[in-house]
Amino acid sequence: MNTTMISRWLLWGEWRAHWLQFLVALTAIGIGVAMAFSIHLINTAAFNEFSAASKSLSGQSDLQVQSRSGFFDEMLYPRLAGYPEVQLANPVLELDVTVSGKQQNRNDHRLKIIGIDMFRAMAIVPDLLGLPEEGKSLDRVASDTIFLSPAAMEWLQVQQHDHLELHAGLETITLRVAGGLVRARAGQRLAVMDIGAMQWRFQQLGVLSRIELKLDNGVNHAAFKVKLADELGDAFVVTEQTDQEKRIANMSRAYRVNLNMLALVALFTGTFLVFSTQALSVVRRRQQFALLRVLGYTRQQLLRQVVTEGLTLGVFGSVLGLALGYGVAVSAIQLLGGDLGTNFFPGVKPGIYLDPLMALLFFAVGVTVTLLGNVAPALEASRAKPALALRSGSEDMAMAKLSAPWYALVCLAIALLFTQLPPIFELPIFGYLAISLLLIGGIALMPYLTARVFVRLLRFQSDQPGAVGMLAAARLAHAPNQSAIALGGILASFSLMVAMAIMVASFRISIDQWLGQVLPADLYVRTAVSGDQGGFQADAQQQIKTLSSFQRVDLFRTLHLTLDPNRPDITLFARPVDRADPRNTLPMTDDMLMPGTIPEDVMPVWISEAMVDLYGYKTGDRIRLPVGTAPNEFLVAGVWRDYGRQFGAIQMLLTDYQALTGDISVNTVAAWLQSGVTADQAIAALRQLPFGSALEISNSSDMRALSLEIFDRSFAVTYLLEIIAVVIGLMGVAASFSAQILARIKEFGMLRHIGVLRRQVLMLLAMEGGLLTVLGIVLGFLLGWAISLILVFIVNPQSFHWTMAIHMPWPWLVSVAAVLLVSAALTAVLSGRRAVSAQVIRAVREDW
Amino acid sequence: MLELRNITKGYAQGRNVLADLNYTLNAGEYVAVMGESGVGKSTLLNLIAGLDTPDSGEILINGAAISSLDDDAATRLRREQFGFIFQAFHVLPHLTLTQNIALPLLLNGTSTERVEQMLEQVGLQGRGGDFPRQLSGGELQRVAIARALIHWPKLVLADEPTGNLDPDTAHEILQLIRSEIKANSAMGILVTHSHAAAATADRVLQLTKAGLQPVKAGNGA
Repeated sequence: MNTTMISRWLLWGEWRAHWLQFLVALTAIGIGVAMAFSIHLINTAAFNEFSAASKSLSGQSDLQVQSRSGFFDEMLYPRLAGYPEVQLANPVLELDVTVSGKQQNRNDHRLKIIGIDMFRAMAIVPDLLGLPEEGKSLDRVASDTIFLSPAAMEWLQVQQHDHLELHAGLETITLRVAGGLVRARAGQRLAVMDIGAMQWRFQQLGVLSRIELKLDNGVNHAAFKVKLADELGDAFVVTEQTDQEKRIANMSRAYRVNLNMLALVALFTGTFLVFSTQALSVVRRRQQFALLRVLGYTRQQLLRQVVTEGLTLGVFGSVLGLALGYGVAVSAIQLLGGDLGTNFFPGVKPGIYLDPLMALLFFAVGVTVTLLGNVAPALEASRAKPALALRSGSEDMAMAKLSAPWYALVCLAIALLFTQLPPIFELPIFGYLAISLLLIGGIALMPYLTARVFVRLLRFQSDQPGAVGMLAAARLAHAPNQSAIALGGILASFSLMVAMAIMVASFRISIDQWLGQVLPADLYVRTAVSGDQGGFQADAQQQIKTLSSFQRVDLFRTLHLTLDPNRPDITLFARPVDRADPRNTLPMTDDMLMPGTIPEDVMPVWISEAMVDLYGYKTGDRIRLPVGTAPNEFLVAGVWRDYGRQFGAIQMLLTDYQALTGDISVNTVAAWLQSGVTADQAIAALRQLPFGSALEISNSSDMRALSLEIFDRSFAVTYLLEIIAVVIGLMGVAASFSAQILARIKEFGMLRHIGVLRRQVLMLLAMEGGLLTVLGIVLGFLLGWAISLILVFIVNPQSFHWTMAIHMPWPWLVSVAAVLLVSAALTAVLSGRRAVSAQVIRAVREDW
Repeated sequence: MLELRNITKGYAQGRNVLADLNYTLNAGEYVAVMGESGVGKSTLLNLIAGLDTPDSGEILINGAAISSLDDDAATRLRREQFGFIFQAFHVLPHLTLTQNIALPLLLNGTSTERVEQMLEQVGLQGRGGDFPRQLSGGELQRVAIARALIHWPKLVLADEPTGNLDPDTAHEILQLIRSEIKANSAMGILVTHSHAAAATADRVLQLTKAGLQPVKAGNGA
């Protein structure tokens, strides 16, 4: 027997006859692989480019010295340069400066300016040297010049010789664009100035951001690093290039892992659709396979046949997925940037690089998951007893094992156990596993629940007249497996949609409420310099306070602290806080010292939830923070909720900060309007101040609206994915229903013979589809709700270190459920048109 | 009464299956139709059942022309006045025996009280709650007979009802069909290749290109 030829005939015949199912399975696998592959390509490209761009700023230095609290006195420079181990020390001042006319997008209005000493930088960061016009090499050290990378020039729409207006504190500075840079990475927005000129023009006299050190040959880097760190004390951190890389990796890790998990969930849905397609296809061909067995096909040959079908599907689907993924990655990078609009990798423009090895890996993943979805149907096909399988009506028996609820319950129990486990490497791995198990368990429970529910409905139905209702209920009650499998895809996609909708709604409402708490004032006024400089000096603060437009003015000093060189900086807010009851000022959690119990002899700080997870701080702890000339001790007085900074933030009293540091400048002024004064009037009054034109003034309601707009935009991709998942689910339902109708063609033929009208057959199909979808919606809702609990209470706190309350988006959920119900019923009817065709009547005479 | 008047039916390839066919079946009459394969026996049944339309001629049941009915009306007529018995039983596997038999009553919106009685009549008393997978071939055909007769049809159409059964069971089933048709005072048309089966009818007709010709009187045994 030429089994290869038989195999080819069977394969081709099956796909030609059921091209829709083949297409659905192919699309499902293709989309799953495409998502996973494109996210990998985008993340890798963005991460590598961001990492390379960061490296390019520190060039060939061996070590870097930074203060834990932003800028530091430049007197450290001669001290470090004097170390015998140091071959060269390169002082650097780095500022993020606001550019006129670029404030529209809060996340993208800054220009990074690096101040360097040209002669020292030549040996460590030669790429950062400016390229002046020929014969004007002194422009490199001039006080009115700036050199821009090509991306910065393009962004600012300036060329060599043009003038550029920048804001420094309350003043406007005009600089001449003297040329480009020796080398900058594609898309890297960067400006370079002489360090002395920059200190002067940007009012940063005598301070530095970091000092880069190149060590003598033969010096043990690690040993010198430890020695230097010891000698410099707690106020400074000494880092190497690898520390920088870890820091960058830590910064975006949770984001990258979450995106990857989302892609895996899509691939999982695809796997399930493959299982569903293959299972139904095997059941439909049960009698054909039995005949082949009777004719002499061995079990192994049959197993090989079904596995070959899955393998071919996997190969085609994965190739399609890789091509699609590459296209999506290229388009997404061009349209949204490397961080898909989330600003995790600012200032870089990565290009997609197709690594053949990784493509091969994702191809293998696609083929493997397809085969996983194919295993159970293939085994069923090969194990079926031919004599039994030849009998009609045995189809549902084939999947009887699926109705046993015990393994579904085991999955659900393990999922429950996983929800209690802590994160691994600060990632909610068990949380994601619990979600997968919940989905598998929920879907596996579907046949059992279908049978239970519809047997009850059938009992109720038996008291009511009506053949169509009885037929629909009887079919669902006594042949639940095929129907339940058909609905599995929709159940998976709907439950994920419910879970995401609840999570996003909870997050959005929590953020909205939080914004109300953290933005209580009417107006927020900032100076146009970003970074850690305090833009408002005492006289400017006084001038704002004395304006008659405001009844109350609060001052904020914000800066960054480095507590762990391997982690991103934390944010320190020094501001007025109601010490007796911080709930009046901050969005506190329940974890706080009782109001009025803070001892007078200690400075309190209130930490964000991320500080608890990342640094292990607890309420009541006494901690040392690098605030002031030397680190000082503080009492953790409570934990507040912060949705703005996932790497940690601390609030302290402004008076304590000023007493410790002597720094009386502030960067933000929060102002409450006098009654009867409008926001426009107050803004006009602020603009009339001598420094009015340099102010960034935001209305709190605008800030809230903008924040929510950014939130919605960042979740737009999620909504799109949800819709795609549901559409694939519906396509799965259509394909499954078509297949079942084909298998039931004699049943419909008999019904038409005994007097069932065409529309009654269609009604029967609509009722079956509708009833099943109602059950799927109810179960999908419960499953989605359970998954949302994991997302809200496990995945979010473990990934981003913030907690929130559950909020149910009822109108959205009910609308989606209604649309799904109607779509599924219509899908059942549309795919059932064949059930009322003329051939159906003749089908009763075709005895195979 | 069923009247076939000048029925002609051909197919696209130009093959005329039935040509100028005439026949009248009186109330309470049970006939067997025999004939070679491809002569048009199944086509004839489809035409009588209103599942297909003749190219010309008329089919009247109790004076009403079936061929002029639209699909819905023809379906309603089948539902109310016809009963079908197939070679392959076509019993729905996910319905119990009671539910399978009750289908025509439910479709007609009438009481299902008669189901138990029918089960008893076909020798399946007490098994109404069973599913078809628990039955043998002969038992399945009994269910099909009960379903075909439960609603007192005027005309029972049986297409090779014993083609899948062993001779003993086949004999038993044919007797059952006959007795049930007679007990219901229905007309019956049995299409078969088997002379033994045909012999259970009142009359045996041979379908040929010349039309329906009587072979011999059935013994009715």
